[in-house]
Amino acid sequence: MFTERRLRIKTLVGVLAIVVCANCGDLLLKRGMSQIGPVQISLAGLSHAFRLTVTNGTIWAGIIFLTGFMLSYMTVLSWADYSYVMPAGAFGYAVLTFLAVIFLHESVSSRRWFGVFLICVGVLLVGQTKPRTTEARAELPKKLPKGVPA
Amino acid sequence: MIKVALLLGVLVFGSTGGEIAITYGMKATGEPEHLTPRALLKFLGRAFRNGWFWAGVPLMALSFYSLLVLLSWEPISLVIPASALSYVVGTFGAKYVLGEDVTLARWAGVVLVCLGVALVTFG
Repeated sequence: MFTERRLRIKTLVGVLAIVVCANCGDLLLKRGMSQIGPVQISLAGLSHAFRLTVTNGTIWAGIIFLTGFMLSYMTVLSWADYSYVMPAGAFGYAVLTFLAVIFLHESVSSRRWFGVFLICVGVLLVGQTKPRTTEARAELPKKLPKGVPA
Repeated sequence: MIKVALLLGVLVFGSTGGEIAITYGMKATGEPEHLTPRALLKFLGRAFRNGWFWAGVPLMALSFYSLLVLLSWEPISLVIPASALSYVVGTFGAKYVLGEDVTLARWAGVVLVCLGVALVTFG
């Protein structure tokens, strides 16, 4: 019982890290690319854009967040079900809508609010199921300890 | 229209195929012993030596490229709701490829999330 509760909390924290890192990474990349301006599709244009990209702090911050996203995604999938993590990650769509209303003062249609509501109910339904329904298939160590028959 | 449907198929099956391969690889890798930087680095080292991880990466890259091409052909209000189908395809993959126990509650949640993503994008 304790183990299952610990697993659920660990998974929810991991999914939260996935959602936060993915959304922050996307927003920072978008902001960084806006600072650089439209990229010209030519050899000179691409190399100029590359130089601007690697010297832009906002883009580096975005890359750090996206690396955090990939790391947390891989880590959570090492113990939790894919069919649990994947829909829970969609919670990011709801978070982005709330952020757009609060910080960007965007007006959101009732249809979009209904979509956010469906995502939240869907994530709650998935969140109530067991985070792991399969056994881990971790490979056995190749070297056996001394004294253990092969 | 056939071209769009085909590329949408590549997008959906590429992303779910890639994620399922990575999940398979991560399950074989096993979870990190602790959530410390040292243990996470060891975990990453084990993951990068797993073939399933490297099978998943090009599939996800293919799906990302398909998304970019689709976005250049069709409006985002069509592409993103259609790509939400990957939640349903992914759940089938989780059940039949990874052998996960997908209960009725989980199916209902996945369908609601899929509809919700479509509505948020259309809205």
